Amino acid sequence: MSTAYAPLLETLTRLRGVRGAMVVEVKDGLVVAESLMGGVKGLALAALAANLTTRAAELADRARVGTPRFLHLEASRGTLLAAPAGPELVLVAVAGRDVPLGLLRLEMLRLAEHLT
Amino acid sequence: MTDDVRTLSAQLASDPSSLAFLRLGEALRQRGQLDAALKVAVSGLGRYQHLPDAHDLYARILADRLDYAGAFDEWDTVLRLAPHHIGANKGIGFLYYRAGELESALYHLRFAAELDPQDSGLRVAVERVAGGREIWDQPFTEPPSAPAPEVRSDAAAGGDPLARLEGARERLLLVDQQGLRLGGSLTAEGGIDVSEVAAASLAACAYEASRAAELLELGDWTHLTIEGRELGVCLVRPTADTSLLAAMNAGLPAGQLTLFADRAAKAARIWLERHR
Repeated sequence: MSTAYAPLLETLTRLRGVRGAMVVEVKDGLVVAESLMGGVKGLALAALAANLTTRAAELADRARVGTPRFLHLEASRGTLLAAPAGPELVLVAVAGRDVPLGLLRLEMLRLAEHLT
Repeated sequence: MTDDVRTLSAQLASDPSSLAFLRLGEALRQRGQLDAALKVAVSGLGRYQHLPDAHDLYARILADRLDYAGAFDEWDTVLRLAPHHIGANKGIGFLYYRAGELESALYHLRFAAELDPQDSGLRVAVERVAGGREIWDQPFTEPPSAPAPEVRSDAAAGGDPLARLEGARERLLLVDQQGLRLGGSLTAEGGIDVSEVAAASLAACAYEASRAAELLELGDWTHLTIEGRELGVCLVRPTADTSLLAAMNAGLPAGQLTLFADRAAKAARIWLERHR
């Protein structure tokens, strides 16, 4: 697992409400780097975020939406966010409901661009 | 660099926890130095995540950068922290107006005008949005909720559950768990109907969202928003066994997109309950 991404992930995990952040390979859901709080299931998060990113990209392609640049899954107890970084990687964050979404989104888009 | 910006920069450098970032960010924004203003605002927000004025500054910068979705989210955050915030009510009112949601725009702009009666420009804006209606003597009501979606009459029950909704022919798609189209349609650039090819992917994507939310213990998912380069789409579940996609042009406020999706979901749910 790469440690080169640690400062990048810490940019996200220091934001209020963020429980964890990862860089994941889209194709197979492998963890490239992670910064997670206790209780967050890293392997599951990586696999599920990769699958969701893949499905969203398929939908975007078929619906002619254009290449996805950001995904936001909003649920009753938390939220999952993903910013594809090129065709191979995706930057993922999992957070509670009280997260500063606008700021987190902007940071993720900026970091994803940096990863590309 | 003006003396004002120079002084505030020096003040912030000597005391990074100072609230001078608010004035510095605004000064930079007004000078059109948006990248520098953004950096100041983001840094300030990192320290003061619960400060409404910090979110308001950030929202104004995002709006100047034409990131209306981000600005909407930030002003929405401000109003949750401080419902009487004048700047946020003005800002979100402007975004509603821009999106054609006149009642919501009128509510927030009028609310701001009543909080700041000296702002004559704002009063003029309220009267313009009201379109000549008498507004100031009307009682102040709650923010407009999403109007009850129209559903088709029984005579048309055999048709499309979304047919009466705006965008039903090109921006809304309702499918069942197997990806069978139940209503609406999606039209791509050039008038190409992509409903059938998108339907199966929509069901698969909704399934994956359910799986992720369940296994990550996030609770029931309510919205999946996908920002594309050309369009933004929002997936919702009108019922446990259906999925709906709503699409809007990229760059419109995320809140507008989810509102559009929620209205369509409500219409679909009512129709499905009546006709199943």
